[in-house]
Amino acid sequence: MTPPDRELIARLCAERAGLRVDPDKAYLLENRLAPVARREGFASVHEFICAVRDRDEERLIWAAVEAMSPSESAFFREPATLERIVGDLLPELARRGEPLRLWVAACGTGQEVYSLAMALEEAAAAGVPLEILASDLCERRLEKAQAGVYSQFEVQRGLSARRLVRHFEGLEDGFALSPRVRQMVRWRRVNLMDDTSRLGKFDLVLCRNLMGYLAPQARTRVMANLESALNGGGWLVLGAAEAAEGLSAGSGPPGFHSRAALAQAAA
Amino acid sequence: MVKEPVAVKLCLVVDDSRVVRKVARRILEDLGFEVAEAGDGVEALAWVRTAMPDVVLLDWHMPVMNGLEFLRRLRQEPGGAAPKVVFCSVENDLDRIREALDEGADEYIMKPFDGDIVASKLALAGAL
Repeated sequence: MTPPDRELIARLCAERAGLRVDPDKAYLLENRLAPVARREGFASVHEFICAVRDRDEERLIWAAVEAMSPSESAFFREPATLERIVGDLLPELARRGEPLRLWVAACGTGQEVYSLAMALEEAAAAGVPLEILASDLCERRLEKAQAGVYSQFEVQRGLSARRLVRHFEGLEDGFALSPRVRQMVRWRRVNLMDDTSRLGKFDLVLCRNLMGYLAPQARTRVMANLESALNGGGWLVLGAAEAAEGLSAGSGPPGFHSRAALAQAAA
Repeated sequence: MVKEPVAVKLCLVVDDSRVVRKVARRILEDLGFEVAEAGDGVEALAWVRTAMPDVVLLDWHMPVMNGLEFLRRLRQEPGGAAPKVVFCSVENDLDRIREALDEGADEYIMKPFDGDIVASKLALAGAL
């Protein structure tokens, strides 16, 4: 892979998805793009990138961009955040007696949204109909998420053994999440840089640990999209270490931002 | 994600494989544990009668006394309810895992394992 190859990928990632990719991180690009190059039948990453450049084919371009989007995922990451959502926030929102809509943006291979679904299933506390939408930029990750099948390694990262035996079934090579939990989630490919208004309004939007991967301008745009997806009394939940632009870290529990506070910060 | 325990805790690694004990020892020492080793359930029982550990990392299939039998006997020992017991076994059948939990195990690791899995499971067991 040559420096111009890496610069091309970094530029495409920024243009298409607002992703900040450092072209100097050759190992990262090589690691992420090698499986894509193999899948597409190229002998090397360099050959793949030449095809991306020469053919100008949307499918190849997106294969590269999707592969570079953040993929880190584990069950029950930041468990205190999930406990707060399930134990406090949703029961509070449910008091209005209306159905609740939840959106997990940038859901990766599904561990986060399924963690939420498992916790909700265990609590059975909302008392109102719940709709959970999960979205990601990467089609392949969404396919894996939707299948709900995880390797032995994956189910041992953050997931307790009690939850494993409660919510999963053993397969010959891995573990399948129970249909009961899988059926709680709907899936959709969404580029958070695009107009997301067609998705409707949500009472809770989770978008954890994505902002750090976005270029500053893209971050502003994505934040605006997420904020405008919130209902009047809705909440945006970012990663515990991520503060929404213009909000002090001490404005609420780490990562939690009410629609009202976001609007105030933007004013 | 490595968390330092507040005080040095003792972890007893019970496994008939010397290699597994060595790998586990390295991971546990990196996590700040003091480590003791036993090659089977009988040896492990002798250990806990001398010094009750804070955590037991426990293989299932061992000669002389298997992990499940050791766990049952440990829980009947004076002070034996206290240690966090994390099974660590090639056994990955969910019914067997459920059985281990029902017998009083706090967590369960399916071999092969790495440092991240051990840290994650010890944290879930409340041992970190």
